Amino acid sequence: MAGHSPSVDSKKLWGGGSSPFNVSYGKIMMWFFLVSDAFSFSGLLISYGFMRHRFEDIWPVAEDVFTHFPFLHGDHPLLYVALMTFILIMSSVTMVLAVEAGHRMDRSGVIKWMAWTIVGGLIFVGSQAWEWYHFIHGTELGALQLADGTITQWVSDAKDTLLLPNGIEVAGAEAATMIKEGTEVYGANLTVNEYGLPTFGDFFFFITGFHGTHVFSGVVLNFIIFVNVLKGTYEKRGHYEMVEKVGLYWHFVDLVWVFVFTFFYLV
Amino acid sequence: MSDFDRTAEYVSHHSEEEGKAMRKTIWVIFWVLLGITTVEVSLGLVWKDLGLAWAFVKWTFIILTLVKAYYIVAYYMHLKHEYKNFIYAVALPYIVLVLYLIVMMLTEAIYVHDIHDIM
Repeated sequence: MAGHSPSVDSKKLWGGGSSPFNVSYGKIMMWFFLVSDAFSFSGLLISYGFMRHRFEDIWPVAEDVFTHFPFLHGDHPLLYVALMTFILIMSSVTMVLAVEAGHRMDRSGVIKWMAWTIVGGLIFVGSQAWEWYHFIHGTELGALQLADGTITQWVSDAKDTLLLPNGIEVAGAEAATMIKEGTEVYGANLTVNEYGLPTFGDFFFFITGFHGTHVFSGVVLNFIIFVNVLKGTYEKRGHYEMVEKVGLYWHFVDLVWVFVFTFFYLV
Repeated sequence: MSDFDRTAEYVSHHSEEEGKAMRKTIWVIFWVLLGITTVEVSLGLVWKDLGLAWAFVKWTFIILTLVKAYYIVAYYMHLKHEYKNFIYAVALPYIVLVLYLIVMMLTEAIYVHDIHDIM
């Protein structure tokens, strides 16, 4: 029998004692969970990539969609998401500082840095809610959906000239017929999107929504661990590995955002 | 603690001096991440005015993103300092399968786009 081959060196077999990776069970499982979660996000982003290349010529340009910045008038493409990205990177830094404090058994350090991490997470979720509000609400001008479902943009406030997705402008009587048969749309939901293809809206809601859910659950997990730190649970246990484990999850959430930021807003 | 929980055997503690060095690394990585993000955003705002080719800008974005991802995983998630076998167990299945999926899906997407264009 192959299983009883005498040529196998028993020293090389793992008998169930120490971890072969020198990592605790909990941390290994967190890593494997993150790998599976990374597959989910990759699946979503790759299918986004598929649709984008499939509808390359008529895909909305992110710069035209995300132009708002709170309390500032005018077009500020990218700046708001750049700020969101900065907040999430910052909260990743405070998280890793909390982990570092844990390695020194510095309870007050862990409390301070975890508190900042939770604050950063909440600001991020809030910013995302604000962005969703604007995406759903849309622009004052709106757009015109033709009878066949195509989204066309108004060339001016007068609303008499249309810009087709292929870049051609239509004016005069032809435009008047299109306007009569079409419907005006404002903002985006799962079936209509004033910025262009509804698929863009679907992916936007689904991917940023799935990520936002992760941020939110990350904040909840961080808060639970934070309360335990306050109660002195880990001080008694002799180590702060739980902080490390939620830290891994939190960095993963930041990592996913790095990709969402690039593929939704930059390219 | 239960007898089965052996977590404590794997937890590493470090001294004040080691902590100081680690905090320095953490802040260095922070500046790297912030720098890359700043470059990305500025490039996103000015590439048209500079007359750069979109393909160049796009690949710059993608490469910078991968660099950022590397720093987060390697340093903040500490993967760089785990055992080699563990790094492979985590990273290899992911990298291989995702690269495969990207190549397949994007090839198909471009094909579907092209045949619809012809018809």
